[in-house]
Amino acid sequence: MIKFNQVYKRYPGGHEALKNLSFDIAEGDMVYLTGHSGAGKSTLLKLIAAIERPTSGSAIVRGQNIKSLKGSALPYLRRNLGLIFQDHKLLFDRNAFDNVMLPLQICGFDHRESSKRVRAALDKVGLLKREKTNPIALSGGEQQRLCIARAIVNRPSILLADEPTGNLDAEYSTEIMNIFKSFHQVGVTLLISTHDESVLRQFPAKAIALKSGELVI
Amino acid sequence: MRNSVLQHLRVIRFTFQRLLHNPSSTLLNLLVIGIALSLPVGGYVLLKNVQNASSQMAGTPQISVFLNPTTTPDEISRFGKQLKEHAAIDHIEFVPRDLALKQIQVSTGLADVIGGLSQNPLPDAFIIYPVPMDVKKLELLRDDLTSWPKFEHVQLDSAWAYKLEALLKFCRLVVLILAVMLSFALIAITFNTIRLQILTQREEIEVSKLIGATNGFIRRPFIYFGMAQGFLGGITAWLIISISLHILNLSLVGLTKLYGTSFTLSPLSLGDSFSLLAFSAYLGWLGAWLSVSQHLWQIEPK
Repeated sequence: MIKFNQVYKRYPGGHEALKNLSFDIAEGDMVYLTGHSGAGKSTLLKLIAAIERPTSGSAIVRGQNIKSLKGSALPYLRRNLGLIFQDHKLLFDRNAFDNVMLPLQICGFDHRESSKRVRAALDKVGLLKREKTNPIALSGGEQQRLCIARAIVNRPSILLADEPTGNLDAEYSTEIMNIFKSFHQVGVTLLISTHDESVLRQFPAKAIALKSGELVI
Repeated sequence: MRNSVLQHLRVIRFTFQRLLHNPSSTLLNLLVIGIALSLPVGGYVLLKNVQNASSQMAGTPQISVFLNPTTTPDEISRFGKQLKEHAAIDHIEFVPRDLALKQIQVSTGLADVIGGLSQNPLPDAFIIYPVPMDVKKLELLRDDLTSWPKFEHVQLDSAWAYKLEALLKFCRLVVLILAVMLSFALIAITFNTIRLQILTQREEIEVSKLIGATNGFIRRPFIYFGMAQGFLGGITAWLIISISLHILNLSLVGLTKLYGTSFTLSPLSLGDSFSLLAFSAYLGWLGAWLSVSQHLWQIEPK
């Protein structure tokens, strides 16, 4: 599903964020991405979502090479990815329902069909009763769940989560990890970046460990 | 197919919601666009009215043909027939030299001077009334007549037509320059409005790109907004012109009564009205398109 082969990422100015990175994530895998901040976790996720391009090597996501991906093909790659951001990236000019609706509008779904899907996604993360609430009025944990609802509403085959439990206390973290686990059970490929030891202990899975941009074995 | 139509309809609805969302700035923008457009278009309407009025008041110009003194009465009647059959000539009038002399005596008060002449110095003449045509064609007709035998002197009283034509040409140029400049103003207004919108919606654009929006999808609401704003600005201009003409006509009634004529300014024709709306919508589209292609690519998710 995601295959990296000798990937380097060098930023202008010479900083080498990723060095000689090779790994392979199969369909349906749940994989952690661990390492200290600055180890290159976010850069790796950005390469998969084609927000950044590799400097050299090949990064193949769903059979498409990120390095040579055309700008016009980029939106269609991203529609198959569910992105969950540490800072949520919710829109505060609309309510929770419309936030989750956005990916379906972008794909041009029929309104009735998409309303059903939005409610299902909100139900999944336990926010169905708050669909009319503006995300600014939601707690940190709720905002994170809303972000997850938006990521899954389009039924992507790959979910990428950047520090999804980063700013949350243990109880919320467990809640969110349970949601991820349920996606794993229905065959979604998950890549979760985290440095939360308790999450790793509680929900053991394969891990890609990074240190200063290199794979730690 | 149905879905994409629905999607477009949603964007259109969203566009009008956005216009209504901020009524004061929308109103101001529409007024600025409306006034900018109404200046050249109003000038155009006035010019058109002046042109109509001048052709009515002055009628068509005449051509005077003075015959050689040796022309015989037979020849005169033959020329008269030929002139009447000419396609470019509406009707003619023959002025014999004796009649011309009498007219001069009466109308100029030079009876004493003319009475002292031993013989009539005036030639026989035709006064030709051509069918309505522009100055250039009149000149061609005059040149044609000059080549006829015995036509000693052909005179086209075209000076006034030249003057009017030149004046109208000048005015048209002024209106054209005004139109070009204010079109750029309209494009600039739209450009700036869209730029501000893009800046305030930076987050939405960024998020939309992250979750798979195509550039077309992101561009569409801005383009529609520019077009809608241009179109509504065109309607504003139309209203400004119509109301102004109405007011002018009210005061013209009093003025023309004093001169014993009736003259009213005619409003924008249906075709001109459509052209105005289409053109203003197009300028709005162009401004939005320029703005979007200038600013949208700068917003990339990080």
